[in-house]
Amino acid sequence: MNISSSNAPLTVPVASHTGVNAAGLSEKVSIRNLEFFYGDARALKGINLPLYANKTTAFIGPSGCGKSTLLRILNRMYDLYPGQRATGQVMFDGENLLDASVDINLLRARIGMVFQKPTPFPMSIYENIAFGIRLYEKLPRAEVDARVEHALRRAALWDEVKDKLAASGLGLSGGQQQRLCIARTVAVKPEVILFDEPCSALDPISTAKIEELIDELKQDYTIVIVTHNMQQAARVSDFTCFMYLGDLIEFDVTEKIFTAPTDKRTQAYITGRFG
Amino acid sequence: MAVAHSNPLYIRRRARNTVAKSLAYAATAFGLGWLVLILAVLLFHGFGGLSLAVFTQNTPPPGSDGGLLNAIVGSIAMTLLAIVIGTPIGILAGTYLAEYGRHDKLSSIVRFINDILLSAPSIVVGLFIYEVMVAPMGHFSGYAGAVALAVIVIPVVVRTTEDMLRLVPDTLREAAASIGLPRAHMIMRIAYRAARAGIVTGVLLAVARISGETAPLLFTALNNQFWSLNMNAPMPSLPVVIFQFALSPYEEWQKLAWTGALLITVTVLALSILARSLTARRT
Repeated sequence: MNISSSNAPLTVPVASHTGVNAAGLSEKVSIRNLEFFYGDARALKGINLPLYANKTTAFIGPSGCGKSTLLRILNRMYDLYPGQRATGQVMFDGENLLDASVDINLLRARIGMVFQKPTPFPMSIYENIAFGIRLYEKLPRAEVDARVEHALRRAALWDEVKDKLAASGLGLSGGQQQRLCIARTVAVKPEVILFDEPCSALDPISTAKIEELIDELKQDYTIVIVTHNMQQAARVSDFTCFMYLGDLIEFDVTEKIFTAPTDKRTQAYITGRFG
Repeated sequence: MAVAHSNPLYIRRRARNTVAKSLAYAATAFGLGWLVLILAVLLFHGFGGLSLAVFTQNTPPPGSDGGLLNAIVGSIAMTLLAIVIGTPIGILAGTYLAEYGRHDKLSSIVRFINDILLSAPSIVVGLFIYEVMVAPMGHFSGYAGAVALAVIVIPVVVRTTEDMLRLVPDTLREAAASIGLPRAHMIMRIAYRAARAGIVTGVLLAVARISGETAPLLFTALNNQFWSLNMNAPMPSLPVVIFQFALSPYEEWQKLAWTGALLITVTVLALSILARSLTARRT
């Protein structure tokens, strides 16, 4: 099995694509020979990568390396735009989610996403959460209330908004809005949550809160995070994947990537010599 | 600063700046001046004619007193019907352009044609409806007038709906998609909501636009000196009554024409202010 395209030997005894490995990790998502094209431009070149259940995997690399592209394939966000296509396999519960037969809306309900900029819907705080819940479940009002409260608690926002649930979500601060978006994602009960540079528009205190949250969420969800901030990757993730110019250069446990990377380019990037 | 002041380059630049600024102010004053003048003349001639009778009596025969009631009611009826017809078509077409057809070739064709329609002379619209409705039906009617006005409403609403939906950031669309919201639901429940004030503004501007139109009504609704709610018959409207009365030699009619013109102008002004305040609150 070749996970890293640089053929570096892996030190973790992981990544047999049969599912569970010796260390007790199971692959929630398995990416195999994934290529991605913006029109004729190849943005991802034969990516092979496992995403382990209940672990946080960080994608790092310089701008334009394809890390956001890779993330946006996992919930097929690229489908919204013409001229973008992916080949290869992204196995999720025994199904290749790139298949045309996959119901995109159901897929996205199972693989949620939090974006770079907070994107609250133009409605009340309560409705921001309840909206997604009602989308796939018909529940009595009291149960929706409970789910909303639970989601807001999970996102560590409940205490700040419990007295103004009817107020507009747009009136919250940037950090609160981002946690509202996390609550909205959690409320739909996904299995995987994708974070696309979730803290790049936030101040340090809000960033710390979101990172703490990501750490807690991983008990119940499989987390993938794209970040430009290497300290953040080191703090929140269990596995890190370094990408460069559309290639996956190195994938390993985070500690190994940041202390003893195998590839010279990884070494150069994490020590700030380029990127 | 002392150096700059004596620098000939700087002195020349400052002189040119003063000239350009004066020209800009003068052009603004010239442009706005006409509006002020129009409003002043309208108020001067029209305000005196305002009385309860204007709103309670029908248009009079030459040489006697009366009001504009039938014309006001006719205008409201045809404007309302035109909005009812034109708004859904305009919003749906604008939605196609901004949401579904964004990358289609067809949408650029539709947009181009819509822009032509937007600036088409309204008398052409009147003649067109005359051909397709009045002539086959054999008589002028309020319905034909409303349809003619609707044809003017549609491109205005299409344009504003598209523009306002395009202001909704794509990140919001992606966020809606990311919780598994199908596209149609995203448009109806997220995009429309985010663009609501702008779309309503577009409809208000369309009302303002058609409430002063005369030409499309001359060939379609014609006019009617009497009280009538029958839209299948010729129907009076404020602009056409103004047109007829202002050209007449009778003093009472001329006075009513001024009053009618004042009414329309004030209505359009109020609608514009309402539309502006709606957009202002949004941002």
